[in-house]
Amino acid sequence: MATAAKRENERLAIAKTYKIYIDGKFPRTESGRYFTLEDKKGAVIANICRGSRKDFRNAMVAARAAQGGWAKASAYLRGQILYRIAEMLEGRREQFVAELTLQGVAARAAEKEVDATIDRLIYFAGWADKYQQVFSSVNPVSSSHFNFSVLEPTGVVSMLAPETSGLLGLVSNIAPTIVGGNTCVVLASESLPLCAISFAEVLHASDVPAGVVNILTGFKSELIEHFASHMDVNAVIFCDGDKKTAKTVQEAASINIKHVIRRTDINWSDQSAQHPYLVRDTQEVKTTWHPIGV
Amino acid sequence: MAPDNKLAFDDGWQYSPAPESTDHIKLKKKYELYIGGEFVAPVEGKYFDTINPANEEKLSKVGLASTADVDKAVKAARKAFGAWSRLKAAERGKYIYRIARILQERSREFAAIESLDGGKPIRESRDIDVPLAAAHFFYYAGWADKLEYAFPGRNVKPLGVAGQVIPWNFPLLMASWKIAPALACGNTIILKPAETTPLTAMKLAEVVADAGLPPGVVNIITGAGDTGAAIVNHPGVDKIAFTGSTDVGRIIQKALAGTDKKYTLELGGKAANIIFADAAIDQAVEGIVNGIFFNQGHVCCAGSRLLVQESVAEAVIQKLKDRMETLIVGDPLDKNTDIGAINSAAQLKSIESYLAIGQEEGGEMFQSSCSVPDQGYWCRPTIFTGVSQSNRVVQEEIFGPVLAIQTFRTFDEAVSKANNTPYGLSGGIWTDKGAKIFKMTQSIRAGVIWANTFNKFDPTSPFGGYKESGVGREGGMHGLDAYLKLEA
Repeated sequence: MATAAKRENERLAIAKTYKIYIDGKFPRTESGRYFTLEDKKGAVIANICRGSRKDFRNAMVAARAAQGGWAKASAYLRGQILYRIAEMLEGRREQFVAELTLQGVAARAAEKEVDATIDRLIYFAGWADKYQQVFSSVNPVSSSHFNFSVLEPTGVVSMLAPETSGLLGLVSNIAPTIVGGNTCVVLASESLPLCAISFAEVLHASDVPAGVVNILTGFKSELIEHFASHMDVNAVIFCDGDKKTAKTVQEAASINIKHVIRRTDINWSDQSAQHPYLVRDTQEVKTTWHPIGV
Repeated sequence: MAPDNKLAFDDGWQYSPAPESTDHIKLKKKYELYIGGEFVAPVEGKYFDTINPANEEKLSKVGLASTADVDKAVKAARKAFGAWSRLKAAERGKYIYRIARILQERSREFAAIESLDGGKPIRESRDIDVPLAAAHFFYYAGWADKLEYAFPGRNVKPLGVAGQVIPWNFPLLMASWKIAPALACGNTIILKPAETTPLTAMKLAEVVADAGLPPGVVNIITGAGDTGAAIVNHPGVDKIAFTGSTDVGRIIQKALAGTDKKYTLELGGKAANIIFADAAIDQAVEGIVNGIFFNQGHVCCAGSRLLVQESVAEAVIQKLKDRMETLIVGDPLDKNTDIGAINSAAQLKSIESYLAIGQEEGGEMFQSSCSVPDQGYWCRPTIFTGVSQSNRVVQEEIFGPVLAIQTFRTFDEAVSKANNTPYGLSGGIWTDKGAKIFKMTQSIRAGVIWANTFNKFDPTSPFGGYKESGVGREGGMHGLDAYLKLEA
């Protein structure tokens, strides 16, 4: 919340209302609920939307609708759009540093996190038109057939973002997912939600089609089961969480044989946290046969 | 377009019986469990019969593995893992090559036993199942010392002990799909074949022993669902590989929740075989027949739905019916047989229930008029026309020689109908236009697409499903992933 003007002639700052991001729009949660984000001293930083199951379902509809078109976008275009996200983030670097600091991250660490996030976007932007070549194959079958295997996006991915890395962790999971043509619905870190919503604004200004990334805020305990059980989700990525949480997610995911991708104990600021296998995690392998003959 | 060149197979010529000889095969009266490099009696001393589905006669009996036996097998595999995974990779590969070679040498024996125990035509077990199984071992043998080239930028490590549960439709072939990559990657194994088709797996245990594999590297135990569940739930197992129904796959995925076990699931399917008006129609009809009647339709990737473009539907269906009349249903060991025995009484009952459901839902059923033997389990090749997308015979996997036929007008309608099931294992497309093939292969949400062909398999070709058809791939370089840890 904005601090009050200290002196008579000082300008009163405009505080941002943090909303959620669904289908390229910034609605409030349909539930009308909120939770307060406080700083270390207990002062209210912002009222955060406490997203509901209905918000998630709305976001799923948007993500599914956007998926076909996004997957059909050329690899070159997807790469450029990811690059554009990095450009937009670079331009708003100070805002993100300030937001991280406001949430308790030390100034130097905040700067490093934003810089690393921008670089990570560039890293995955570059993979857009390359991972296919690394992971595809032409298969030397014994019969007279041309046979090849390519990667295709699995579809719609639900994602529980890392709890302790509000920006870098979030983007390190979104980028490899969407660069491969998937769309996603993301639940932001519960304790560090500000950057997620500001990142949605960056996405919004980066030619990312509506519905490709949808970001909710809210209580993980309330929403996790829906993220894992929704019948239109193809893969669920969940970061952090203990074994009990893993069990909940995996059990719910088994209803329709979702892919379950668990990412724990990852230091997102480390170079080892970026590799194309994160892209491959949400890809399917498709093999096509055709006879050779006249 | 009326088909005027109707095939005339019933004009007085008869096929003489051409049975494959079985006098050369070696079947024991009783098979024990293969654990720790030895055939050992099950702890509880229980056995169950395995019968020939073509005449309901007992072939042999096999051990019923209990939880205690599973535990023994896991301990044996665990004990063997250290030395096996540390063995020089090239040497590991050589053991697997040996298995491939012995299988090739004994191929006819395996083919005959496969047909006896499972009911599939000898032509298929001889020309497809057994040669492909040997080829699978040969292919993965060569990977053993080349794994680092398959995953650029990663270090690879074996997972440990793999529990593998396989179905009854391709008993030996599925065993090879499971065992070969697991061994090549340095894992040890507990394999359980299906309860109705245990014999070639137990014969494979003999091959493993003859190949001199160290004790405990491959353990093969027999039993039904309870034995499979004991493998899945055993804490000493690091990886589960399952091929079977989506319903059981769901149960397994749920059972593994909260554990660190890795898993691959190769589950059901309801593939659409899509025939466009510009297809080579006679070839397409052969593709339809191969798609649904291969192996009695006991094929997860069977082309069990036909989507035919409206303008040629009448002609295609008529040609299909004519072709169905020429199919020979009967003795699996006869080399002329096209369609063998349904694998079990239970499966026949399930298929027959779908025949009733299809008719109750308003579908029009056509079956060929062929004769079938009195003894054994048989189902005539069957098609349903006049069915709609929501009909159960269109949505659900029947796993028998039963084809549901729908028509379409436009490309988009074909795609929408093809994708409108929970499954995504395979699909077929028949057209003369290359551009249409590529558009269709990109539009069908399935792991294997056959264009102007169907039901082709190869060790180098990754296989596996989208959506509720499973998780992971088997075959090819991509199939290695299922048995390795990838580390930075």
